[in-house]
Amino acid sequence: MKSSRFARKIFNLVLLAGISTTASAQMMINGAGATFPYPIYSKWFDEYAKIDPAVRFNYQSIGSGGGQKQILAQTVDFGASDGPMSDENLSKAPGKLLHIPTVAGADVVAYNLPGNPALKFDADTIAGIFLGQIKKWNDPKITGLNSGVTLPDQEIVVVHRSDGSGTTYIWTDYLSKISPEWKTKVGTNTSVNWPTGIGGKGNEGVAGQIKQTPGALGYVELIYAIQNKMPYAEVKNSAGNFVKPSIESITTALATADIPDDFRFSITNAPGADAYPIAGATWLLVYQQQKDAAKGKKLVEFLKWAAKDGEKMAKDLQYAPMPDNLQQRVLKRIDEIEM
Amino acid sequence: MEIATPPAVATVEPHSARRAMAPPSRFGDKAFEWLTLAMAMAVVVLVILLGWELWRGSSLAIKKFGFHFLTTSTWDPVADQFGALPFIYGTVVSSLIALLIAVPLSIATAAYLTELAPLWIRQPLVSLIEMLAAIPSVILGLWGIFVMIPWLRDYPFPLLKRLFGWTPFFTGPIYGTSMLAGGIIIAIMILPIITSVSREILRSVPNLQREAAYALGATRWEVTRIAVLSYAKKGLFGAVILGLGRALGETMAVTMVIGNTPQIAASLFKPGYTLASVIANEFTEATTDMYLQALFEIGLVLLGTTILANLLAQLLLQTMSTTSTTRAVQ
Amino acid sequence: MHLQRADNHTWRKAKSGLASTAAFVSALLVIAPLGLVFFHLVANGASSVNWDFFTKLPTPVGVVGGGMVNAIAGSLELLALAAAIGIPVGVLGGVYLAEYGSARVNSMLRFIADVLNGVPSITWGVVVYGLVVLRFKGFSAYAGGLALGLIMIPLIIRTTEEVILLVPNGYREAALALGVSRWKTIVHVVMKTASKGIITGILLALARVGGETAPLLFTAFGNRFWNHNLSEPIAALPLQIFTYAISPYDDWHRQAWAGALVLVTGIFCVNVVVRILTRGRTASVV
Repeated sequence: MKSSRFARKIFNLVLLAGISTTASAQMMINGAGATFPYPIYSKWFDEYAKIDPAVRFNYQSIGSGGGQKQILAQTVDFGASDGPMSDENLSKAPGKLLHIPTVAGADVVAYNLPGNPALKFDADTIAGIFLGQIKKWNDPKITGLNSGVTLPDQEIVVVHRSDGSGTTYIWTDYLSKISPEWKTKVGTNTSVNWPTGIGGKGNEGVAGQIKQTPGALGYVELIYAIQNKMPYAEVKNSAGNFVKPSIESITTALATADIPDDFRFSITNAPGADAYPIAGATWLLVYQQQKDAAKGKKLVEFLKWAAKDGEKMAKDLQYAPMPDNLQQRVLKRIDEIEM
Repeated sequence: MEIATPPAVATVEPHSARRAMAPPSRFGDKAFEWLTLAMAMAVVVLVILLGWELWRGSSLAIKKFGFHFLTTSTWDPVADQFGALPFIYGTVVSSLIALLIAVPLSIATAAYLTELAPLWIRQPLVSLIEMLAAIPSVILGLWGIFVMIPWLRDYPFPLLKRLFGWTPFFTGPIYGTSMLAGGIIIAIMILPIITSVSREILRSVPNLQREAAYALGATRWEVTRIAVLSYAKKGLFGAVILGLGRALGETMAVTMVIGNTPQIAASLFKPGYTLASVIANEFTEATTDMYLQALFEIGLVLLGTTILANLLAQLLLQTMSTTSTTRAVQ
Repeated sequence: MHLQRADNHTWRKAKSGLASTAAFVSALLVIAPLGLVFFHLVANGASSVNWDFFTKLPTPVGVVGGGMVNAIAGSLELLALAAAIGIPVGVLGGVYLAEYGSARVNSMLRFIADVLNGVPSITWGVVVYGLVVLRFKGFSAYAGGLALGLIMIPLIIRTTEEVILLVPNGYREAALALGVSRWKTIVHVVMKTASKGIITGILLALARVGGETAPLLFTAFGNRFWNHNLSEPIAALPLQIFTYAISPYDDWHRQAWAGALVLVTGIFCVNVVVRILTRGRTASVV
């Protein structure tokens, strides 16, 4: 009866696994979405595990599209997105969804070229590259902006996101604002019909692709470029200045925003001499009415901690914290969450 | 010895014989029979479940796009327009590349293993091929990203471009991640299955065939070619189709090397996208209902094509063989 | 004339030798990827398979260090869940195909099982997402285990059936002649005789689904922490390897190689056990 003994062993194993896991009940709050703020979120959740050991926040960076979709389907306790949800999607939600802005960041133009020269781009050039019209690194449009840099006669490998992404939302939002052709041909969304390039999954995937592919150019959140020592370009803003993405230039862009009551706002192509033009905020998506009171309570505690203490970690990871007045409004909104 | 016939013979008509031997049924017997029947019916339930879930999930998209879903190439989540043609194209082309590489190698290896190789080498080789089959897709993908792609980009791809750059298939920039890389990784994944099924097929060729050819003075290769390979043609075709079925559904390794871009381009250096990869990448993140529906429909298309390929393969193989073939299938 | 024939003969001989060589080279090319993959796994992963790897949780993004202990445990838990579904259904279903039923119905069922074995594993992920994740509002270890378990069913049905068919009829006759009921004969005599083969099939199925990633993407979902409740998302080794492999972080690449080495070693070990279990039998059983 070897086989049945074997089966019994397996059965015992399952039983054991079940018992041991329920014995030490630790609350798990599940979230999913944006990869754009993933570095800071994972830092937060790691820190928060020390502050409140009774709860763990499991965050899967599947992309902002995923964050919106999964919170709508209620398969996660909170979602995360760097593109605000559309009215249409909000209307499909089974309850009122709140946008809680956490930090702001920048989409940077990262690339992989021999010698990693410092480069400058303007709106036309970026749109041209992503529309597939500028194909080579030594195109006059690029060399014109970068006199003094010798660029190779090499094809530009455009890398974009293959998944639904808020980073893409910010990127396409910017391109739609500065290029009428982009607006009509492609448009703004978390996923679009790309005219050219290869797809990577998540900011991680795009950064990985750029790093693996000589001649590649793509957009990733600032911290991914910094952590992976990839060069990223200065971009000409609406005031005509070339601006390097940084906490300061993101904060400047953020300061220009007129933020409505539902906190859905865009800061791409922001005015201001020193504002980085491809910046955006990122949001946590939570239901105002929490189904599970215990989880809801812990979630609110965390959100408050993030708005107050978490924000202080933002700068270490090159994200811009929310301005003080906005923070107050956010805290008030968090108080509206019911259980 | 005649008595030492393979066990398969004993199974030709087992059921009636066994039933006749059974004592009059008791409750326990009936219960056990019903229990096992219920479990065996699981396979039917599973097929219905697969079809039903995918159908249910995609009914709106099917209604909205109809047959055009398969023939249009716009994949535009902004406009809620979805056509699966680039994914079908990517799946078909990457699978064809894989077959082109894998079929000759696999069948030659199978012939080597059954006809040509020294006896001592056969079993170790078979074991190694089984081990290759056991490597998970994601690990081949990992190897593909960090080892295969950089190597392809530096050596074979530029060479191909130099030699065949005049054809439309090897033009344009070399990214590394490409349709061709996807095809090669799929080829590696289906080599073991085509080889082992082909080997079983060749083993099932009656020895009489070989003896007759040898008697005519044929060389070893001539015996293999005339008496064995051509005799087993149909079965080998079944093995190839079975490999095709696997190729169509390969997911992780392909997703990691193919470039994930829905486009139809002649150049194999260009990135592509397959039915399975688009599900892997976009399924959890489709924001609109229609987007999700379209992905479910892609799942349905994938299920349909792989089931068709497998049906065809099983039919071809059944005409050839015994239980040993289906064993190798797994 | 005579000379020509001799020439012809030499030429045919040479051709035969050439073809044999070509076939030999093909065989080498078929197993070359195995060697290459294994070489790179060891070269890139071995140095990172250390104490930390087996004892620590993953670190936050971009922070160097950490391990995959939760993913290894998660994979084992998922396999246990899958086994709880796949083994009983698969083994009993295989028993039915071998012992009961009409030839026609059984060949249909066998056929369906073979076709199911060819269904891409990602479709199971999609279906279980619709069936379990959406319905019960949450990714969970149960959903992941179910997806893997469903994949195991047709695999185990077929292997079980085959080894049971190998049990000589004389065993059944002897037991039945002693007045043992049919089902007890099957359980105590037939299945016992075939137990090695049945276990072999089970082990192979476990090894196969243990490396699956695609069905877990939308079911088990992944978890950076320990899973304390099977109705919550859970980490799995293949999932973790995938996430780390496509990331830009060198430290994650290092760990992906290590994870891959551990996973492959586990799967190869199972294969070796299987080989020992089935030693001495005809190749058709293995």
